[in-house]
Amino acid sequence: MATTVQPLVRVGEAGFDLAAESARLGAGRTDVGGLASFVGLCRGDDGLAALVLEHYPGMTERALAAIADEACARWPLTGCTVVHRIGRILPGEGIVLVLTASAHRLAALESCAFLIDWLKTSAPFWKREEFADGAARWVAAKASDDAAAARWRQPD
Amino acid sequence: MKILYFAWVRQRIGLAAEDVTPPAAVRDVAGLVAWLATRSPGHASAFADPRQIRAAVNQEFATAEAPVAAGDEVAFFPPVTGG
Repeated sequence: MATTVQPLVRVGEAGFDLAAESARLGAGRTDVGGLASFVGLCRGDDGLAALVLEHYPGMTERALAAIADEACARWPLTGCTVVHRIGRILPGEGIVLVLTASAHRLAALESCAFLIDWLKTSAPFWKREEFADGAARWVAAKASDDAAAARWRQPD
Repeated sequence: MKILYFAWVRQRIGLAAEDVTPPAAVRDVAGLVAWLATRSPGHASAFADPRQIRAAVNQEFATAEAPVAAGDEVAFFPPVTGG
């Protein structure tokens, strides 16, 4: 299906506002039947003091745009927003926002799940955990994330 | 050829980027990894287990068999952990 949706992709240190981003997808139109969102937050497990997000400038934006375009090609969306933070993120703060809008709920919900699953394995970000005692370690990739992404794979 | 390193690969090598001119025999990502690993103890440590390393050629994810050539931008990094 042809799409005219222009996804919004943003990568930066600044935080994000779910309400403001939601309002943007509904502004000036009456064909949106539902919005679905996923907000990933930094957990403060095991004395975590901060997450530090590194990325590959240039490739990151390309990868996120490709993932958003894929969502717009697979589902009839009226809007799609992906915001990913980089740099130092404190427990309780947002890391990533995925927001989808469609005439109907199923497309919004499914595409939102696709976007976060696909992003986790297909965009060049790396998390380093910093702890209150001064220790730091790189987060290891999880097989469960690969499995979550694999369920959206389509035959070529 | 411009080489970029990220996350613990960057830390072990002690460089975020370097310009290199590999020998003509280096034609793919796997060959480039084997050659880069000889450049310093830090490189050797970073590339000690190639299964832990992912690559991108010109900002697209690439397999070990992907060709590389002069003028390419090649990046090495651990499996991604964003989201």
